[in-house]
Amino acid sequence: MAAGTPLHHAVRWALVGPALVLLALLPVLLTAIDQPFYLVPATRILIYAIAATSLNLLVGFGGMVSFGHAAFFGTGAYVTGIAAMHGLQSAWLAWPLAMVVAGVAAFAIGLVSLRTRGVYFIMITLAFAQMMYYVFVSMKTYGGEDGLALESRSALGFGLSLKSDTTFYYVTLVLAVLSIAVLWRVVNSRFGRTLQGIRENEIRMEAVGFPVFRHKLAAFVIAGAVAGLAGALAANQTDMASPAFLNWHQSGMLLIMVILGGVHSFLGPAIGAAVLLLLEEFVGDMTTHWQFYVGAVLVAVVLFAPNGIATLAVRRSRV
Amino acid sequence: MSDLLVIGGLVKRFGGLAATDGVDLAVGEGELHALIGPNGAGKTTLISQISGTLAPDAGHIRLQGQDITRLTMHERVARGLARSFQVTSLFRGFSVRDNLALAVQARSGSSFRFFAPARNERALFEEADRLAQRVDLQDRLDTQASVLAHGEQRRLEIALALATRPRLLLLDEPLAGLGPEESARMVALIESLRADCSLLLVEHDMDAVFRLAGRISVLVAGKIIATGTPEQIRNHAEVRRAYLGDEAVGA
Ligand SMILES: Nc1ncnc2c1ncn2[C@@H]1O[C@H](COP(=O)(O)OP(=O)(O)OP(=O)(O)O)[C@@H](O)[C@H]1O
Ligand SMILES: [Mg+2]
Repeated sequence: MAAGTPLHHAVRWALVGPALVLLALLPVLLTAIDQPFYLVPATRILIYAIAATSLNLLVGFGGMVSFGHAAFFGTGAYVTGIAAMHGLQSAWLAWPLAMVVAGVAAFAIGLVSLRTRGVYFIMITLAFAQMMYYVFVSMKTYGGEDGLALESRSALGFGLSLKSDTTFYYVTLVLAVLSIAVLWRVVNSRFGRTLQGIRENEIRMEAVGFPVFRHKLAAFVIAGAVAGLAGALAANQTDMASPAFLNWHQSGMLLIMVILGGVHSFLGPAIGAAVLLLLEEFVGDMTTHWQFYVGAVLVAVVLFAPNGIATLAVRRSRV
Repeated sequence: MSDLLVIGGLVKRFGGLAATDGVDLAVGEGELHALIGPNGAGKTTLISQISGTLAPDAGHIRLQGQDITRLTMHERVARGLARSFQVTSLFRGFSVRDNLALAVQARSGSSFRFFAPARNERALFEEADRLAQRVDLQDRLDTQASVLAHGEQRRLEIALALATRPRLLLLDEPLAGLGPEESARMVALIESLRADCSLLLVEHDMDAVFRLAGRISVLVAGKIIATGTPEQIRNHAEVRRAYLGDEAVGA
C-alpha cells in the first residue's frame, strides 16, 4: 500500500493465458459435454465484457461515473440495424460505422456533460441517454417501441456466416480480445496515465499544465466508440436493435458489472460481466426474482471485496 | 529590471466582499517578490486569479507583455506560470516518482499518445529523479505521497510546480505548518530557486519574508497598501499600524 497505486497495469499472464486458452477451446469443450447452446450466453458475456471494459476506462481510470453508457451501446445497435435496412450488410463497413457514429454521439454528449462533475455528471449522462431512448422510441420508421428487427445478420465474407453460433462466438472473441487489448494499451500509455492523474486530482493536473477537459473528452469518445462496437454485436446476436439497449436499465447494468468486477483492475469489469450474466442465466431460470440475488451479491462484494471480485483472485495468486 | 508579471486594476468580488479591490502589482525578471497581509486579506484569491483558477471581475494580467487574463490555467502553465497550493495538492494515491513523472509528462510533448507504454519513457523518470533530488526526496521515490510527512509533502508540492519549468513561480504559504527544522530547509530550497525563476511568495513567516524577498507588497482587505524593499516596509507607518504590529517589527 505504501508504494501507491501503480499507474502501470501489467498483464497477469498466469491468469490471462489459461483464460484465453479456455475461451478459445470453449466451443469444443461445450460440444464434448453436449451443451453447445451455452455458446450463445458465452457470446453475450463477451459482448458485455467489451462494453463494461470500455465504461471502466471512464469510471475506473478517468474517475467519470457515467450513467449513460447505454446511449453508445444502443447507438451502435441502431446504426447496424438502420444500415442493414438501407442495404448496408457488410460487417466490415457497418461495424466501423457503428463505432464512428457512437463516437460522434459521445463527443457531442461529452462536450456538454463533462463540464459537470460528481452527482451532476451522473445525472446529466443519464438524462442524455434517456433522451436518446425517447428519440428512438418515437421514430416509427425504425421500429418505435418494438425496436428495429435486423433484416439479416451482418455479412462477413470469406464464406463465414454469423448465423452459425460457433462462428459468431469466435468473431466476438477475436473482437473482444482485440478491443480489450487496445484499451489495455491505452490505459498504460501517456494518455492513460494522464487519465489516471485526472481521476486522482483534476486541479493538480491543470496546475502542472494538462488540458484536462480535452483528455476527458477523448476518453469519452474512445469509450463510446468501443461501446458502439459492442452494440453492433448485440444487435446481431438478438437480431434486432431494441430501445432496451438504450434504456437506463442497460446503463445501470453496465455500471453494476464494472463495480462488481472492480474499477481499479483492468479485467475486473469483464469478470463482472461474466458473473452478472451467469447469475442472470442460472438464477434467472430458477426464479424471476434473480435481480434480488444480484443485489445480494452486490452487497456481499461491497462488504467483502470492496475493490471488486477481481481483487479476490489477485490476492490469492499474486502472480 | 524588466517586468515579467504585471497586474493592473484587478477586482474580484465574492457577493458584497471585494476580496481583490483594484490591485496593481508587478514582479520583475529574476525578482523574489513577497506578498504579505493578514488572514483573509485576499492573498490566495490573488494567486488564484494570476494562476487561472479564478476569473477576475475586472482588470488585466500580463506575462512578458502578453495579456493572459482570459487564458486557462494549463495555457498559463505552458507560458511559464506555475503555482503551489496553500492546502497541499498532490496525487495522494501515487508514489513520489509517479507524481513527478506525471508532472514532467505535462510539459514534455503531447499526452495524446495512446499506444506506447509510458513506463518505457526513461526520460520522464530520469527527470522525476532529478526533481526528487532537488527537493531532497530521492530516498522517498517509491513512497506513496499520502504517507509522506507533512514537510515532505510540502516539498513534493514545490517539486510538482518546478516540473513545469516555470518562469514565474507562485508559492502560497510554503512554510505553513512546518516545524523549525523543516522551515529552515524550505527557506533554503526557496533561496535556491531564485537561480531558476522569478517568485511571488505569499508567506506569514516574517523572518523568512524579510530574509528572502527583494521587494515586499502588503495586501490589506484586498488593496495593496505598500510596496517596497524589506527596509522600506519595516519602516512604513501604515504597514506597522495595519498589519505588522510594533513589537513584531522592533524585534
Ligand atoms: N470562493 C470564495 N467564496 C466566497 N468568499 C471567499 C472565497 N474565497 C475566499 N473568500 C473570502 O475572500 C477573502 C480573502 O480570502 P483569501 O483566502 O484570499 O485570504 P488570504 O489572504 O489567502 O488568507 P489566509 O492568510 O488565511 O490564507 C476572505 O474573506 C475569504 O473568506
Ligand atoms: Mg491564503
